[in-house]
Amino acid sequence: MQHDDVLWDVIGNTNYCSYKIKARTSKTQRFCKNENNVTGLCNRNSCPLSNSQYATIREEKGVCYLYMKTIERAAFPARMWEKVKLSRNYEKALQQIDEHLVYWPYFLRHKCKQRYTKIFQYLIRIRKLTLKRQKKLVPISKKVDRREAKREQKAMIAAQLDTAIEKELLTRLKQGTYGDIYNFPATAFDRAMEQEEIESESETESVDEQESEVDTPDEVEFVEEFEESDASDIEVNIAGYLGVIGRKLCDETMVGGESPEESSEDEVEPVKRKRAKVQIEYEHEHAAPPRERIK
Amino acid sequence: PKILITHNISQRTTRFLKELSEGLPNSHVFYRRALAIKNIIPQCLAKGFTDLVVVNEDRKTPNGILLCHLPDGPTAHFKISNVKLRKEIKNSAGPSEYQPEIILNNFGTRLGHTIGRMFASLFPHSPDFIGREVVTFHNQRDFIFYRHHRYIFRNEKRVGLQEIGPRFTMKLRSLQKGTFDSKFGEYEWIHKRHEMDTSRRRFHL
Repeated sequence: MQHDDVLWDVIGNTNYCSYKIKARTSKTQRFCKNENNVTGLCNRNSCPLSNSQYATIREEKGVCYLYMKTIERAAFPARMWEKVKLSRNYEKALQQIDEHLVYWPYFLRHKCKQRYTKIFQYLIRIRKLTLKRQKKLVPISKKVDRREAKREQKAMIAAQLDTAIEKELLTRLKQGTYGDIYNFPATAFDRAMEQEEIESESETESVDEQESEVDTPDEVEFVEEFEESDASDIEVNIAGYLGVIGRKLCDETMVGGESPEESSEDEVEPVKRKRAKVQIEYEHEHAAPPRERIK
Repeated sequence: PKILITHNISQRTTRFLKELSEGLPNSHVFYRRALAIKNIIPQCLAKGFTDLVVVNEDRKTPNGILLCHLPDGPTAHFKISNVKLRKEIKNSAGPSEYQPEIILNNFGTRLGHTIGRMFASLFPHSPDFIGREVVTFHNQRDFIFYRHHRYIFRNEKRVGLQEIGPRFTMKLRSLQKGTFDSKFGEYEWIHKRHEMDTSRRRFHL
């Protein structure tokens, strides 16, 4: 009560208080940064510096305390604020505030209770939120985004989507997944027939000779060398149409698989796959022991 | 397969979702309203959905897809870019009721195969060849391009393609073993930029 008015004259209406914030709200209200302020505003009644009898609620780590300041202790700044721990129960805490601030001015009692209510409510919210899952914020980095965009562009160009799709569709057509829907199965059928004839020709040739270099089923060369591809033929046919397994078996049966033979096997295998019906004959015909390879 | 597509509201995303749902047979769109995904999942299971697609958006454009195969199947999280709606594609055709075929290109590694099969499981297993529609997932350098075309065979050597529906590119960000659970779930693969992007020629899908 001693120098309250004087203090307020000095710091209240002027700019000399370091706790003052002038925010540009529509009310042109002044805020007070002081932690002991009950409301957050800079007013004659709410200024903790210019009131020698003052009370606040402050919260530390989830526990609420009632702070009181009296004139008797104004000379001892270190002991000025009296700290009372409030109970965790809302109603009991309000009663505690009442009994501690029993003959105090109404303004302080009211504001303290209001502040306590607000603090209590935000503590509840904090507890609820920590139980829920929080959204993880992922930062956007422009550099990475730019890099990814460039790479995507290059990938798009490299992909050549249209041609890839068209190729895939054409292979599916050739394989016959579409059945007889389209009007040019006639030509496809003819082609298949053609291919079969050529294959049967090459079969008969390979029966006698060996196909060391058979580039396409059309070109059949009469080659003198008797190689082990006979036996490997059988192996391939036995194993089924799985080219890989056939190749592996060929590798095993061949003595020191040489790459030209393997490549010939590669070229021969797709042809062989189409010759499904003929293979059984093959096996019967070629029960003979494998011939030796003449290097 | 029964698919549930959901999103947060924004005009472009809703349109994108509508087009997507026309592309994916037997799919329903719901507005998510900031419900947690973990809570949506048991509801979906109860209603018999086989897949859940959550589209995430940022600044009014879709930028992420979470694909969750439901009876505790794998969950994949993708980043989307280059979304083009049907209006923006020139000469685009409209969607139809036929079930499309699927093309999965270039899915080579084991991870790639898993993802490829996840995509394939979104679509019904018996495509209508009469409908002449094809949905393509093409993987190139870890980017998966989604396209939806209608094709016609001019003769046995040439195909004509007309684009239907939206197109976008995806990049895999993470693959989880069970259904969506970001805290306790078991991640099969996460994209870690510093470890995985060290070389320009090394691709994971």
